[in-house]
Amino acid sequence: MRVALFIPCYVDQFYPKVAIATLRLLQHLDLDVHYPMQQTCCGQPMANGGFEHLTGSCNSNFIKAFAGYDYIVSPSGSCVLHVKDHLHDDKQEAAATTIRHKVYELCEFLTDIVQVKSIKASFPKKVALHQGCHGQRGLKLASSTETVVPFFSKPLQLLKMVEGLELVDLDRPDECCGFGGTFCVTEEAVSSAMGLSRIDDYTKHQATVITGTDMSCLMHQEGLIRRKKLPFEVMHISEVLIAGL
Amino acid sequence: MSTHNIPHPEAATAFLKDKERVQWHDETLWFVRYKRDKIVNEIPEWEQLRELASQIKDHTLSRLDEYLQEFEAAAISNGVTVHWAADAAEHNRIVHGIMAKHGAQKIVKSKSMLTEECHLNEYLEAQGIEVVDTDLGERIVQLNKEMPSHIVLPAIHIKKEEVGEIFHQHLGTEKGASDPLYLALAAREHLRQKFLAADIAITGVNFAIAETGAIVVCTNEGNADLGAHLAKVHIACMGIEKLIPRTEHLSVFLRMLARNATGQNITAYSSHFRKPAAGSEMHIVIVDNGRTTQLGREAFRNSLKCIRCGACLNTCPVYRRSGGHSYHNATAGPIGAILAPNLDMRKNADLPFASTLCGSCTDVCPVKIDIHNQLYQWRQVLTQEGYVPAAKTASMKVMASVLSSPARYTFAGKWARKFLRWFPSLALNKKLNPWARQRDLPEPPKESFREWYRKQASGK
Amino acid sequence: MSRDKILTAAKQNKPALVALPEMATFAVAGTDLVAAFTASITKAGGAATVLGNLLELPAKIKEGWPDAKRVANFIHGDSSTNESLLKEVALLDLVVLKGQLGVAENGAIWLTNKDCVERVLPFITQHLVLVIDKQTLVGNMHQAYEVMGKQNPDYGVFIAGPSKTADIEQSLVIGAHGPRSLQVFIIE
Repeated sequence: MRVALFIPCYVDQFYPKVAIATLRLLQHLDLDVHYPMQQTCCGQPMANGGFEHLTGSCNSNFIKAFAGYDYIVSPSGSCVLHVKDHLHDDKQEAAATTIRHKVYELCEFLTDIVQVKSIKASFPKKVALHQGCHGQRGLKLASSTETVVPFFSKPLQLLKMVEGLELVDLDRPDECCGFGGTFCVTEEAVSSAMGLSRIDDYTKHQATVITGTDMSCLMHQEGLIRRKKLPFEVMHISEVLIAGL
Repeated sequence: MSTHNIPHPEAATAFLKDKERVQWHDETLWFVRYKRDKIVNEIPEWEQLRELASQIKDHTLSRLDEYLQEFEAAAISNGVTVHWAADAAEHNRIVHGIMAKHGAQKIVKSKSMLTEECHLNEYLEAQGIEVVDTDLGERIVQLNKEMPSHIVLPAIHIKKEEVGEIFHQHLGTEKGASDPLYLALAAREHLRQKFLAADIAITGVNFAIAETGAIVVCTNEGNADLGAHLAKVHIACMGIEKLIPRTEHLSVFLRMLARNATGQNITAYSSHFRKPAAGSEMHIVIVDNGRTTQLGREAFRNSLKCIRCGACLNTCPVYRRSGGHSYHNATAGPIGAILAPNLDMRKNADLPFASTLCGSCTDVCPVKIDIHNQLYQWRQVLTQEGYVPAAKTASMKVMASVLSSPARYTFAGKWARKFLRWFPSLALNKKLNPWARQRDLPEPPKESFREWYRKQASGK
Repeated sequence: MSRDKILTAAKQNKPALVALPEMATFAVAGTDLVAAFTASITKAGGAATVLGNLLELPAKIKEGWPDAKRVANFIHGDSSTNESLLKEVALLDLVVLKGQLGVAENGAIWLTNKDCVERVLPFITQHLVLVIDKQTLVGNMHQAYEVMGKQNPDYGVFIAGPSKTADIEQSLVIGAHGPRSLQVFIIE
């Protein structure tokens, strides 16, 4: 199967190590991975800002970039959710529909499609998992604490395969971190307060590493952590899953 | 007392200045959410009940005009007087009209968010009529001359010492007293006198039953009943969306309302009013006030299913940290943010943006309103209608252009990184860049991923 | 006329017909209804006691409320005493009424206006005693409405505990405006 790597714009520009880790992880699993250079951004920042009507050219560029692959995989729950919910093109709706059905967030791709049963990674640290909201409630990467359903978590399933990794319990395992796209600057005070709450939770439970499915959430929390000079390591889940490989 | 029209971000920033108080507010409301989780997990069929409740409400909305007529006919045959109010002003005039007809001077009112929406108290006070809110939380905010900050827990933003001060001033309790039991007992005595002396009792309506013309009111305090049974005239105010088809449907809603709202199995009292007692009068005021408009909005009509449980407020991380008053509407929180723009887009354009779209509200809603999706949809509507600042529109157009072309995008990204490396202090300037107020910026890498990938590919 | 305006708008703006779903009872077999009911009413700040026989009630009332002066007992009370007590309902210390059924999942007891004698009685009294027959206990609200849903009384109420409030900093206070206590007697 031909797998295309869909790298969020801000990961491409500011966190290339996350994209490299994702690439390496997929290659380690013997997948035929390509990175289409045509890709730019999924258009989510504009759409969530109320400007979905301006995302037409972003959408057609996305379709152009990713046509012809069996799977499109991204280390980002929120970008994948946006594409699944909002990728449309008046001129090529069939192509858009095809792509919406083939796009996967990294963890769900590994658990549901590749059906990974073991990973030879090793990461003997106390890790707090930040469950990004769009991936969790939107893509159903994990059950949410509000609903009365049996517990499941795809990211957790993968982290459990990592040798030596100790997952900490949190008081509020799925409270939003407050990034929210442009929200992080338009409602800066609330956004920062929400992020700091999460960090207090990690501190209380003595985590040393924070990980998650979305670099946007992590970038926001890392910004708060660095400003407060707290000793946490912040890593995307792809980086944890190739640790020690 | 009118709601201040400070936009949400500003109001939230002000609220967040008192860090300790915000932590208390956030934890108190989170605890209500925690109690809710605990009790709903005792009901294995909870998710099925949500689906059932959602479908009953969906069905009702699809036959709303018919059910309204059925309800009215049944109520009239029960000896109830039915009034129709197109908007808030008419609602207030009708309620006042009933009072004027009876020469009523003393009114007691149990919790009704609809009457808050219509600013009924202000209207009546201007006509020289004393209205006493009898729900303890409502009475506290009434004495303090402010709006409730939560649809179920009106005084959740007020500390017991502050209640003590309010009661000392207005009820003559001891100065400095803050024991909730002492204060609640003082309120009991004070309000008992009001109940006994009232000419007219106003209540809200939790559910209106189309087949029988009955209305159901749920309270823990018993204040709706004390009001309605002691006064000679009972006025029940309801929005058109409070209807459910049949009595048996109450079983679904009464199982869900209190559990979702406060984590209790059911409220102490669930009162079914069908016919007035002999010698008494009962009136029902049916109010539109924008609801039929919302009914016609395909993306937003679902919001009319709301049973006002307040769970979306309790779960919302933004509401808990910004407080109900920052939403400048009678109904705050996520549900408020999707109802209010229907009434006034310009005034409420900030509300759908006061969210990260985390989706927790949608998950807790007992009638499956897709709240976070409606927040997203309102953003599109408000933008298209022109209620977004011109500067934002301009920068979004630039963004759309840059992000739709690989060449422009690559160029922009490279120079953004260079800028951050060369002018870190400018980027970190708190006035120019709100991000930087409490956060550091990421270290800008020398190479983007695509630059690295290209090198790797050509190196082979 | 507003009525016509509203109904016309509702008719115009309503969505396409959505079917009314079938109701379910979610009944659970084999529950100990007395235990479940007692647990529910206790959780709500009330109390429930099983009596072998209705004749045990008068002694229990005397025992439980020795200081109550104005007691309106509508099960064993004297009707002329009750009549004169009803002239000043605001002074009632204790009211004793018979309920029609009890709901185990939440401790709720159903009374109609006839059961209340006067609608205000269960609310104005300082303390309330409700008596129900054990065989009228049902598991949940769906089952309750199956029994009383077609009654159509002028007024009815589910009472599920003493009156209460947590409006002062979320501190629970039992005895808000209504009764300060609720004691339920379940008669075998």
